[in-house]
Amino acid sequence: MALRKVAIVGVGHTPFTFGGEKTSVELFSEAAMEAINNSNLKPKDIQALYCGNCLGDFSEGQGMVQSYCADDIGIAGIPATRFEGACASATMAIRDAFIWVASGFYDIVLAGGVETASKMGTPLATRTFAMFTDSHYEYPSGLTFPGAFAMLAHLYSAKYGISFERLRRQMSLVSVQSHHYGMYNHLGQLHKEITVEDVEKSFMVTSPLTLYDCCPFSDGAAMVVLASEEKAKKLTDKPVYIIGVGQSSSGKYSAQYKYLPRLRARELSVQQAYDMADIKPEDVDLVELHDCFSIASIIAVESLGFADFGHGGELWEKGETKIGGKIPINISGGLKSKGHPIGATGASQVCDIVKQMKYEVEPQRQAEEVKIGLTDTLGGDGVLAHLVLQRGW
Amino acid sequence: MEVKYKLTFKGWNNSLKKNKLLGLKCRDCGKFTCPPKMTCQECGSINLEVVEMSGEGKIVTYTVSYVPGEGRYVEAPILIVMVELDEGPWIMGNLTDIDPNRASIESLIGKRVKLGPHSKVYPGDAYSTGEEAQGGEARPTFIFA
Ligand SMILES: [Zn+2]
Repeated sequence: MALRKVAIVGVGHTPFTFGGEKTSVELFSEAAMEAINNSNLKPKDIQALYCGNCLGDFSEGQGMVQSYCADDIGIAGIPATRFEGACASATMAIRDAFIWVASGFYDIVLAGGVETASKMGTPLATRTFAMFTDSHYEYPSGLTFPGAFAMLAHLYSAKYGISFERLRRQMSLVSVQSHHYGMYNHLGQLHKEITVEDVEKSFMVTSPLTLYDCCPFSDGAAMVVLASEEKAKKLTDKPVYIIGVGQSSSGKYSAQYKYLPRLRARELSVQQAYDMADIKPEDVDLVELHDCFSIASIIAVESLGFADFGHGGELWEKGETKIGGKIPINISGGLKSKGHPIGATGASQVCDIVKQMKYEVEPQRQAEEVKIGLTDTLGGDGVLAHLVLQRGW
Repeated sequence: MEVKYKLTFKGWNNSLKKNKLLGLKCRDCGKFTCPPKMTCQECGSINLEVVEMSGEGKIVTYTVSYVPGEGRYVEAPILIVMVELDEGPWIMGNLTDIDPNRASIESLIGKRVKLGPHSKVYPGDAYSTGEEAQGGEARPTFIFA
């Protein structure tokens, strides 16, 4: 099937915060209007809204939020659709928006996501995040979402024969780097440098993951406007093209036994995206990947093709993940420092890569010339979605 | 033709409460699926029969959870293990005969375990209201073999 080229013509991103005072609709509208204004459009130009949101039912007693979001910016009549794929929701929304614009059905779609996870407080947030694991066969054993990655960390050490001490230090280096770049992201949640010792001495959440191995609970929204190439050329001289997309799903955690600690869905999804974009991992200049937990980053870089299996952590040991390194990763501060309003996270990743391409981020964290960027977003124990972005000028 | 679920959660749960771990054996490929699904997790067949699993295997990974979900703080710390059953499938459960605070890679990973004499039951919460969860949800509860 012949697909049209699709560009991101504008992005919007609220500050990510803990215990914010705004509602999901208010956060959405701030991000949405910024994205629409930056696209030189008006709300009436938007033909459809695809909005990620996971836990609004629990955090605000608000279901069907996408409909109220559309109304809030004055376009109640358009088709508005909510995407729920745990933490990958917004990337799924953007991928679907891409497909509908590429197919010719729409010319201009608003996509992204919103979440107010911090409002729930830690006990309810932990409970609801655990809903993104198998509720009948695995939650009864006490599984939490960090628990799933904690088990992967122990498995990783045992399976690849890496001493736990070395893996522990690699995981700490991931968090230290995220906090370093996060210092400079004015839209981020945490602004605090940390040390390897801070990570290892912070309290144990679920062994071996400590507090500083884990991303925080966050509120926030991020939105992007997608347009067909023809429309995009009229709206901006700096279109960012989506040249590859991927999405894949998994069964419950135990059912993935043949691949763990690899997440097979990531490998399937990113391959779709690479193939569509006709690129290889070495063509990527900048990655925003799903570092919900420090170990998650190490596992991710391997399946994305940036390191051999069992060697992902060496990238952080050697500083290859910093600006100027072999593959700069999470220069936004990542989920760890920037924050993780789950339904918005994938769109936030896209926003940061677009701004990096345009030299619009803080100078302390501006990467060198970014022509191709990759976003990697993980939902629960196995929904994966990927986007390959290409600078269009 | 109507297709019935061969081993539902309700049936699996009620059996595990009596300390019998049920699974499915595939009549086409001979392999096992546990926890149960509609289809064989190895070949996709629905030509399955319900069998009792040995309940024995080895620990492949674990975590000790100090921050459980709402309503479960009394259980913390919880020692959660992933066990590779002798029949092949992996299953999540708890290990009860070691102090969770003394759990380590060396003391757990690769160690043989078997189902203990009493399956622990999670009583459920506001989100487990279905009839299949009434009386609580059992979890495979292992001890060292
Ligand atoms: Zn089979």
